[in-house]
Amino acid sequence: MLSIKNLQAGIEGKDILKGINLDIKPGEVHAIMGPNGSGKSTLASVLAGRQDYEVTGGSVEFNGKDLLEFSPEQRAGEGLFLAFQYPVEIPGLSTVNFMKTAVNEVRKYRGEEPLDAVAFLKLMKEKMALVNISKELLTRSLNEGFSGGEKKRNEVFQMAMLEPKLAILDETDSGLDIDAIRIAAHGVNAIRTKDNAVLVITHYQRLLDYIVPDFVHVLYNGRIVKSGTKELALELEETGYDQIKSDYQFA
Amino acid sequence: MSTVTTIKEKMDLLAAKADQLAPVRQAALKAFNNFGLPAPKHEEWKYTRIGNVFNLPLQWAPDQVDAVTAEDLKPFLLPGHEEANVLVFVNGVYASALSVIRSASIECMSLEAAMDSGYAELVAANLGHSGKYLTDGINALSTASLRGGVFLTVKRSKDAEHPLFVYNITDARQVNMLSQPRVLLHLAENAGLQMMETYGTIGSQESFTNQVMEVVVEKDARFEYYKIQNDAAHASQVSTTHIRQTGKSFVHAVTISLNGAIVRNNLNLVMEAEYCDSHMYGLYCMQGKSHIDNHTIVDNVMPHCESNEFYKGIMGDASTGVFNGKIFVRQDAQKTNAFQSNKNVLISDDASVNTKPQLEIFADDVKCSHGCTIGRLDEDGIFYLRSRGIPDQVAKSLLLHSFAMDILEQIKPEPLRNYVDRLVSERLAYEME
Repeated sequence: MLSIKNLQAGIEGKDILKGINLDIKPGEVHAIMGPNGSGKSTLASVLAGRQDYEVTGGSVEFNGKDLLEFSPEQRAGEGLFLAFQYPVEIPGLSTVNFMKTAVNEVRKYRGEEPLDAVAFLKLMKEKMALVNISKELLTRSLNEGFSGGEKKRNEVFQMAMLEPKLAILDETDSGLDIDAIRIAAHGVNAIRTKDNAVLVITHYQRLLDYIVPDFVHVLYNGRIVKSGTKELALELEETGYDQIKSDYQFA
Repeated sequence: MSTVTTIKEKMDLLAAKADQLAPVRQAALKAFNNFGLPAPKHEEWKYTRIGNVFNLPLQWAPDQVDAVTAEDLKPFLLPGHEEANVLVFVNGVYASALSVIRSASIECMSLEAAMDSGYAELVAANLGHSGKYLTDGINALSTASLRGGVFLTVKRSKDAEHPLFVYNITDARQVNMLSQPRVLLHLAENAGLQMMETYGTIGSQESFTNQVMEVVVEKDARFEYYKIQNDAAHASQVSTTHIRQTGKSFVHAVTISLNGAIVRNNLNLVMEAEYCDSHMYGLYCMQGKSHIDNHTIVDNVMPHCESNEFYKGIMGDASTGVFNGKIFVRQDAQKTNAFQSNKNVLISDDASVNTKPQLEIFADDVKCSHGCTIGRLDEDGIFYLRSRGIPDQVAKSLLLHSFAMDILEQIKPEPLRNYVDRLVSERLAYEME
């Protein structure tokens, strides 16, 4: 589904990703872990198409297409979704209206008919139940005055609405208490199928108790320095990143 | 003959007219001759070159109003028109054939007639009151030109059953027209009125509307006021709304400006009683070479008053904007709460805004705040929307619409809100193409 080969990228002339290789197949859950500043969020941003970042080398193929050629909105149309670490607050725009526009724009991109009001409402109710989110929250201004947990739950709701092939969760656990993590993770698990995949980006192992990865990769200094199964995450939790840092500081 | 020569001649003729309004006109003519037209060095007109409008040969409006028919009016009608009290001004002169007062609680008469009525004292005290705050030739021009103006009063303890719609229509089919509509509105004790107002220029010649509306709001009265400015791109106007709150009362004013060549608004709120509650909202959304200028004055004279002022602007193309918000808190006006904010988004490199809050506080126990911002659309917001599949242009217009939302929400009548919302949405979609 996703094939990243020797991806190099940076911002304002500073190299951050120094050759990433990663393959994700349908149905898989991958976790990328790493210390602060290792390039985790940069990888998420580059995949989603944030323009501040410049790709200087390598390739990313998504379902056989060159992902890097696409604009952010085209990537969403192709089935890529990024759950933001810091969801943006937009006063004056409700989640409902936001999603109505987004769902129909994505449908248009895919050559499908737009949903009418009734069909949209039906879809929304179904997904609301799936991710356990209230209507009241969805009619309020997008993320404005939301708690950390509400913001992340709203991200998961958007994910459910757009039914992506690949969902990237960028530090979805950061700043959340245990209950909030559990609710967010429950939502993610509820929308997993054998055809879609999840890439979890996280600093800590705890989210992986709830969204169990098939593969764990350690990102350090712009490279994946170690890959393994979910046991690797537990190991890292035990030792911290210091061991990785001393092992790979010259990498 | 130059426009200035023409208008001086006409004002002289009017001043010589021996009717009930003569003393008011004569005093204003003196003021006009003293002030002249505002020069760019005039502090209140620094960024709005209104004098240029008079370089055109402007026609002095005729007394006859029958050139404009009900059919001509149609493109300008606001939603709910059929049910409303309607006042139509044609080239600044009241057009009775196009107007209708449905509410028994509203009395309507010419200013001249009002001077002969039981309201004579009220009219004399308030007609031209705006000149105490607006010391320039534009305001004096209106008062010195008093003709075809209207006095309205909403009776004591009555809510007008229907809203009042005011249409300021200018006929510029043949000539460049100078139009000076004039209204004195009175809300008696515990009266309530909802008023909507708009402007329309017919024809492709230029027009200049110099409008003054003076309002007296008595104790416990409620005045809700919506001004919709979406005139032709070749139409200019100075629109003055001067509101005196003579008793504890409620005022809610929303000004929506979408089009025009030069649009200057003077909105004055004089709070002369304790416990007045006033809200002023504005949204301007300009394109082309339009110029929008909102000058507001809030004068807190008595203690315990609250005022809330919130203006937002979206400026495209080579449009220019001005916001100037004065708040006076007089020495006796303790416990005043005055809030002011002006936020602008520039969506073009050629657009600009000059914004200036001006607080003059002479009391020591008050809460006043003000703030202004001028910026661009937030890149993070754009990326967030795009990452959900929303194309760049759609994302930008959605964000601009959201920015305008809290002002649009202040339009309480739903049909009018939907109407304005549609105009704004269309505008933003256009801006983004």
